[in-house]
Amino acid sequence: MSVTIRRQERPVKHVNVDMSTKLGNLTVADPVFTASGCAASGQELAAFNDLTAIGGVVTKSIQLNPRAGRATPRMAETPSGMLNSIGLQGPGIEIFLNRDLPWLHEHDVTAVVSIAGQSVDEYAKLAGKLRGKPVSMIEVNISCPNVEDRGQVFACDRSAAASVVQAVKRAAPASTPIFAKLSPDVTDIVAIAKACMDAGATGLSLINTTLGMVIDTTTMRPLLAGVTGGLSGPAIRPLALRCVWQVHQALPDVPLFGIGGIRTGLDALQFILAGASAVQIGTVLFNDPGAPQRISRELSEALADRGMSSLEQAIGLAHRPPEVIVPELPDPPGDVLEDELYEAATADDGDITGAYIEEEWLEDQDV
Amino acid sequence: MPIQVKGEVLNVKPVGEYFSMTVVAPGIAERTKPGQFVAVAVGGETGGMLLRRAFSIYSVRETGVYGGTVEFIFSVAGRGTAWLAAQRPYDPIDIVGPLGRPFALPREPANCVVVGGGYGAAPLFTLADALRTRGCRIDAVLGASTGDRLFGALDAKRMAASVAFTTDDGSYGEKGRVSDVLPEVIARVRADVVYACGPMAMLEAVQRVASEAYDGAGIPTQLSVEESMACGIGVCMTCVLPIIGNDGQTRMARSCVDGPVFAGDRIRWDALGTVPDDAVGAQQ
Repeated sequence: MSVTIRRQERPVKHVNVDMSTKLGNLTVADPVFTASGCAASGQELAAFNDLTAIGGVVTKSIQLNPRAGRATPRMAETPSGMLNSIGLQGPGIEIFLNRDLPWLHEHDVTAVVSIAGQSVDEYAKLAGKLRGKPVSMIEVNISCPNVEDRGQVFACDRSAAASVVQAVKRAAPASTPIFAKLSPDVTDIVAIAKACMDAGATGLSLINTTLGMVIDTTTMRPLLAGVTGGLSGPAIRPLALRCVWQVHQALPDVPLFGIGGIRTGLDALQFILAGASAVQIGTVLFNDPGAPQRISRELSEALADRGMSSLEQAIGLAHRPPEVIVPELPDPPGDVLEDELYEAATADDGDITGAYIEEEWLEDQDV
Repeated sequence: MPIQVKGEVLNVKPVGEYFSMTVVAPGIAERTKPGQFVAVAVGGETGGMLLRRAFSIYSVRETGVYGGTVEFIFSVAGRGTAWLAAQRPYDPIDIVGPLGRPFALPREPANCVVVGGGYGAAPLFTLADALRTRGCRIDAVLGASTGDRLFGALDAKRMAASVAFTTDDGSYGEKGRVSDVLPEVIARVRADVVYACGPMAMLEAVQRVASEAYDGAGIPTQLSVEESMACGIGVCMTCVLPIIGNDGQTRMARSCVDGPVFAGDRIRWDALGTVPDDAVGAQQ
């Protein structure tokens, strides 16, 4: 008996697609980023990927102070997805700036720093601490409860979302692009998107998780210690894609990150076609830690297969008006060449082909 | 450093109430240390189960006719493990490893007691090999709910100077728990250290016994914990438990990268499943 080992990497198909993309004044050579909360601060994934070959790493949301997060169980597997209720466990911004950000910088990884606060002021302080640091972009996680407003989530209220973005914009380094990450748990995501853009955001990240829950039928209680959790994974991909579509339709010039259940290059392509300039991959990292480079490769192959030489050509392409398909009617009688062709086509057995078929469905209408 | 291997199933076979799966996964065997684990993708590349299943490594073979292999033991507990049990030789399988912090080994020859609960005993046998290489004496205690759920009885008899078995129903060995016989074993063999792997309740009992040994002087333990994990590689933050650090402060540590093996006196047994109020960053 012999066993053949499958090659770990497929033979690299030579594709020459310009994968670069612009996110405000940041241009990256590849549109695939890791999503916040699914890649820690990048170190762990470096064992499985060349992180310099992808767009970059969006860090787990950084807060002012260390945070222990919620009790366990924090996770539940759901159909094509998962629920998580971590409670933003993290070391706080001082340790992040001293330990994690330098690692990203030393390893030449594009760092998008996600920040999360409990008040507008906290967001501003966090953004201020990023001045003079090697940060390529700030992503503002506004899916956090506002302790100053009865725990209302910033992302669910236009003016709260706008005040956070405005405060971050004022405090952040002037040239750093600021992306607001929106929650899908709103009635009108376009309204929130507009409010964030009016407040000075460079672009938007769509979407964060959507709230869900699982009940353990053995204990007959909620499975997660936090009762509800954020649903992620391919289960929410259609929801995420719809959000990107709607926002791109309303704000076609705004750069967007498409996020939500991307597992393959073709999934990523859907988001690009819907209007995203780049994508972030999250939950798939738990399933396939090598997904960033795989998805990037699959996306470039998919673009090449469709005859495109650059990612840019595909951005928002699904919004183009439908092509008008004009039936090829025969030219008016008298065109000698066409008549000859017609005769040639019907000469053999008198069978009616071509032009006559076209006319058969042009039914005469009674006057 | 762990690696991700698209390997192949060499074989799957029932072992008592459990299953053993051996995977041809070159590169993992060479790196594995006792106590480390693998995270296995289940359900295929387009399936709906996204989270990897984590299993202690039972044995590795670095070279052989098929290349490096990794063997792990699992119990069919849900759809993911049922899928694993249904795999056949040559089926592709995506495996990441070796993961986690291994058992710490004594610098000098020592008397070691290894304690396993159910198929939690799986990582104790590569550990025993490593201990023997260092000139250690090994005594084993294996327990389970029933005799069918004991794992590794033959291995234990081969590697250990003595083996004690316990079952909850008395169907094999002594009726009772491993912690019932452990005090006698520790005293009899003049144990220096206890290694254990199994359910959390068992580990807690083992830690209590070890800490009371020698009239309360206590002996160190190395315990491999079971926490549910989503990724196994340290990015998802779901497998945390309260651990006391070198600075004396409690933090929610990841069992996948900070563990799965912890010194038993570093685990906050009083606060398992919770975030204790005195943990760094606990919400007040």
